Amino acid sequence: MSPEEELQSNGSVASSTRNIVGVLKEHNYLGLSDCSSVGSSNLSGLADDDKATISLKATELTLGLPGSQSPARDTELNLLGPAKLDEKPFFPLLPSKDEMCSSSSHKNIASGNKRGFSDTMDKVPVYTEKNWMFPEAVLATQSVIKKEVAQNLPKGKLSTTNNSSSPPAAKAQIVGWPPVRSYRKNTLATTCKNSDEVDGKPGSGPLFVKVSMDGAPYLRKVDLRSYTNYGELSAALEKMFTTFTLGQCGTSGATGKDVRNETKLKDLLNGKDYVLTYEDKDGDWMLVGDFSWEIFIGVCKKLKIMKGCDAIGLAAAPAPAPRAMEKSKMRA
Amino acid sequence: MNYFPDEVIEHVFDFVTSHKDRNSISLVCKSWFKIERYSRQNVFIGNCYSISPERLLRRFPCFKSLTLKGKPHFADFNLVPHGWGGFVQPWIEALARSRVGLEELRLKRMVVTDEGLELLSRSFVNFKSLVLVSCEGFSTDGLASIASNCRHLRDLDLQENEIDDHRGQWLSCFPETYTSLVTLNFACLEGETNLVALERLVARSPNLRSLKLNRAVPLDALARLMACAPQIVDLGVGSYEDEQDSESCLKLQAAIRKCTSLRSLSGFLEAAPHCLSAFHPVCHNLTSLNLSYAAEIHGSHLIKLIEHCKKLQRLWILDSIGDKGLEVVASTCKELQELRVFPTDLHGGGNTAVTEDGLVAISAGCPKLHSILYFCQQMTNAALITVARNCPNFIRFRLCILEPHKPDHVTSQPLDEGFGAIVQACKNLKRLSVSGLLTDQVFLYIGMFATQLEMLSIAFAGDTDKGMLYVLNGCKKMRKLEIRDSPFGDAALLADVNKYETMRSLWMSSCEVTLGGCKRLARKAPWLNVEIINENDNNRMEENGYEGRQKVDNKLYLYRTVVGTRVDAPPFVWIL
Repeated sequence: MSPEEELQSNGSVASSTRNIVGVLKEHNYLGLSDCSSVGSSNLSGLADDDKATISLKATELTLGLPGSQSPARDTELNLLGPAKLDEKPFFPLLPSKDEMCSSSSHKNIASGNKRGFSDTMDKVPVYTEKNWMFPEAVLATQSVIKKEVAQNLPKGKLSTTNNSSSPPAAKAQIVGWPPVRSYRKNTLATTCKNSDEVDGKPGSGPLFVKVSMDGAPYLRKVDLRSYTNYGELSAALEKMFTTFTLGQCGTSGATGKDVRNETKLKDLLNGKDYVLTYEDKDGDWMLVGDFSWEIFIGVCKKLKIMKGCDAIGLAAAPAPAPRAMEKSKMRA
Repeated sequence: MNYFPDEVIEHVFDFVTSHKDRNSISLVCKSWFKIERYSRQNVFIGNCYSISPERLLRRFPCFKSLTLKGKPHFADFNLVPHGWGGFVQPWIEALARSRVGLEELRLKRMVVTDEGLELLSRSFVNFKSLVLVSCEGFSTDGLASIASNCRHLRDLDLQENEIDDHRGQWLSCFPETYTSLVTLNFACLEGETNLVALERLVARSPNLRSLKLNRAVPLDALARLMACAPQIVDLGVGSYEDEQDSESCLKLQAAIRKCTSLRSLSGFLEAAPHCLSAFHPVCHNLTSLNLSYAAEIHGSHLIKLIEHCKKLQRLWILDSIGDKGLEVVASTCKELQELRVFPTDLHGGGNTAVTEDGLVAISAGCPKLHSILYFCQQMTNAALITVARNCPNFIRFRLCILEPHKPDHVTSQPLDEGFGAIVQACKNLKRLSVSGLLTDQVFLYIGMFATQLEMLSIAFAGDTDKGMLYVLNGCKKMRKLEIRDSPFGDAALLADVNKYETMRSLWMSSCEVTLGGCKRLARKAPWLNVEIINENDNNRMEENGYEGRQKVDNKLYLYRTVVGTRVDAPPFVWIL
C-alpha cells in the first residue's frame, strides 16, 4: 500500500496533507536538488576548467575529521560533479599533483580530506624500517606488522587507512554515529569483551581509548576495534596527528606554501622520532608493539604519542610471549 | 496582589517551582521581579556560557541549588574535541567567594577538576547534593574531598561520567559519624571498590534510598548490602556472576524479599543470565527498570522478568529484547510512560532485533506512553502513521534508524509522511529526533505542525536550505536545534538572524555553511557567540585569505549570551 493510499484510508490525517503528498510525488527523493537553490550566494565564478576543479577538490582542505565519512556528501559530490564546488582551495598541501587528484579525490573526500602523511610521499615507499610510530627494533621482530604496513601504502597513490576493503569497518567510521553516548559504547564493549574473553571469541563492541600527543592542543579518541593490526592503527593515528606536526612546520618561520614539500615533512617526523606508547591496566606506560594485536587491545587503556627522547625510560617487555601469557593468566 | 505584603506574595511564590513559571512571574512588575529574585531557590542555566557567575549572583543572591549545562548535546557522541570548554571551575570559585549558601550543584557535560571538588567541599557548610551527569576531568581524589568535608551530604550521584579511578579509598573518607546519606551512585567507576568501607557506610545510613553500585561489587557483597538496607527504593546492581544456587545467591534472594520499598532497578553491568529471576519477587512493585547495560542477558530472561512488572512506568532496554519482547511489554506494562530501546550492535551488522513492528505494538498497548527513544534497523511510513494514531500524547519522540538515509524498507519512499503524521498528531511534542531518508518535505510538516517543539535533532536529512527555513520559520518555541551532515547552507543560516535570540543554541556540523556566512552572522548579531570548532591549522587559513568561501564543513555552534565572547576557548575554537 503506498503512503498515499494509506492516507486516504485514514480519515484522521488532514486533507491538507494529502494535497501536499501530491506535491511530494514530484520531489526528487534521492536528495538531489537544483544546484541553484543551494547556497546560491556561493555560486559565483564557477570554474569552467573541469580539470582545475577536480584538482581543487582534491586539495581542498574541508574540515572533516580524519577518518570521518559522510555518505551523503559522497553521493552528492559524485552526482553533482565539480560544478557544486566553487570554493577556491584555501591551502594546497603540496604542489598539486594531477595524476593523484582524479583517482584519489573521492577517497580523500571520503576520508575527510586530510592528506595522510603517506600521500605526501609521492612515489617513495614511506614505511621502510623507519616507521615513525614504532621503534625499529619492534618492527624487525614483527614481520607481520611490516608486511601489513607496506601493503597499506601503495606507492604514491591513494590515501591509506580508509579500510575501504572491509565495508563493516568503513561504516563504523562515521564519527558520532549512531548517536549513542561514548560511555554507553565503552561500557557495552567492556561487558562484551569480558564475556567473550571467557568464551575465547573476539569482542565485537567498539573500544574507545584516548590518544594524546606531545604538543598537540587536544586529545582524540580512537576505536581500537576498528583496526585489525598495528599498521592500521599507526596509519590512522598518523593521519589524525599529522596536522600538528605540519603546524609546527608552519610556525617555525616558513615563508610560504611551498615549504611543505616531501623531504621537509619526512625529516621533521623522522627527526622528531615519535614513538607510540600506551598505558596498560596496571597504569604502566609501555611501548606499543610488544604483544600481538589481540592481546594489545585487551590491555590498552590509553595511547600517547611521545617524542622518542621522552620515551627512553620506558621498558619494552623483556620477552613478549611469556609476559603475554603471564598477563592472560592473571586475568583468568 | 498589590495590597498584599511582600511576605504573603513570597509565600505564594513558594508554590511556584518551575523555572519557566518563575521567569514569567518576574516579568509582571518591578515589585514581583524583586520579590521573586530574592526568593528563588533553584536556578537553572542551560548554557554555562550564556551568563557569568557574577551576574547570576547579582540577580539571585539567595539561591540554594544551581544546575549548569556545558557542552552541546552532540559532545555526547564525540563530535566536540577535548578541551572545548564547559569548565565549572570559575563558577565554583565565584560562588565560593560570595556568601551564597549553596546546597546543591547539578552539572551536565561539564569539565570538573579535583581542585574544584575540593574547593566546593570546603566552601559550603550546608552542601547537600552533588549530581554529575556526563562530566569529565576529575578523579576519585575529588570524590574523597567531598566525602571528607561535606558533613551534611545527602546525595552523591555520578551518572555516566568519565572518572579517573585511582582505586583509592574515597569511600572510607566518609567519617564514621556521618549518617545522612540518601543517594549514592558510583556505577560509572571502573576500578575496585573498598567493599568493607562500602558496607559500613551503608550500614550507618538509615536514610539511604538510592544505591547504584559499580561492576566491582560482587554478588556476595550485594547480598550483605541489601540485608542492611531493606528500605532501599532504587538499586543499581553491579555484578552478578555467581552460580545459580550458590549460597550468596540464596542470601541475596532472602534479602531481596525484604526490600518491599524497591521501585527502581538498574545496572547488571556484569550479569549472568539467570540472575534476573532473583528479582521476580519485587517485580510487581517496580516502576522503573533499566537493563540497557545488561548485554549478556538474553531476551527470553528479560521477557520473563518483565511479565511480572505490571506497574512499570519507565523501561530502558537493549534491542535484544526483540519485537516479541516488546509485544510482551505492550501487553503487560499498561502504565508505561517512557521507553528507551538501545542498540546492542552498533555497527549495523544486520541483526534486525527490533523493527517497526515492536514500535507499533508498544504504541498500541501502552496508552500512557509519552517519551520514546528507539534505535532500529528499519522503519516504514505506515508504521509511523499507525503509531501517531495510537499515541497522540508524545512529548518526546526520538527515532534513530541506524543506517543513514535509509528509506521506508517496504516502499523505498522517504519517511517524510511517517514523521509528518507524528508531528501532526502529537500536539504537545517538545522533542523530536528524525532519521532515515528524509527530504525537505518532512521539515515542511515539522514547521507547520510542531508548534510546541523545543528541541530538534537532524542528521543526514533534507535537500536544500528550504528544509531548515521551514523549521526556523515555523517552530516558534524552538530552543535547541542541532544538525549534522545535512545540506543546509548560508542562505538558511542568515535568513532570520533574530530567530537565534529566541533560542538557546544552534549546532551545525558537516553542513553547507561557509566561514564567510558565519562571519556575516556574527557581525549582524553581536549578542550571539558564533563559534567554529576548527581542526585545521589556524595560521594557514588566516594567511591565505580564502576565508570567504571555505565551507565550515566541521562545526558551527552558536548561542545567545549576555556576557560576550568567552575567555576560555582553546586555540582550535574560533569565536567570530
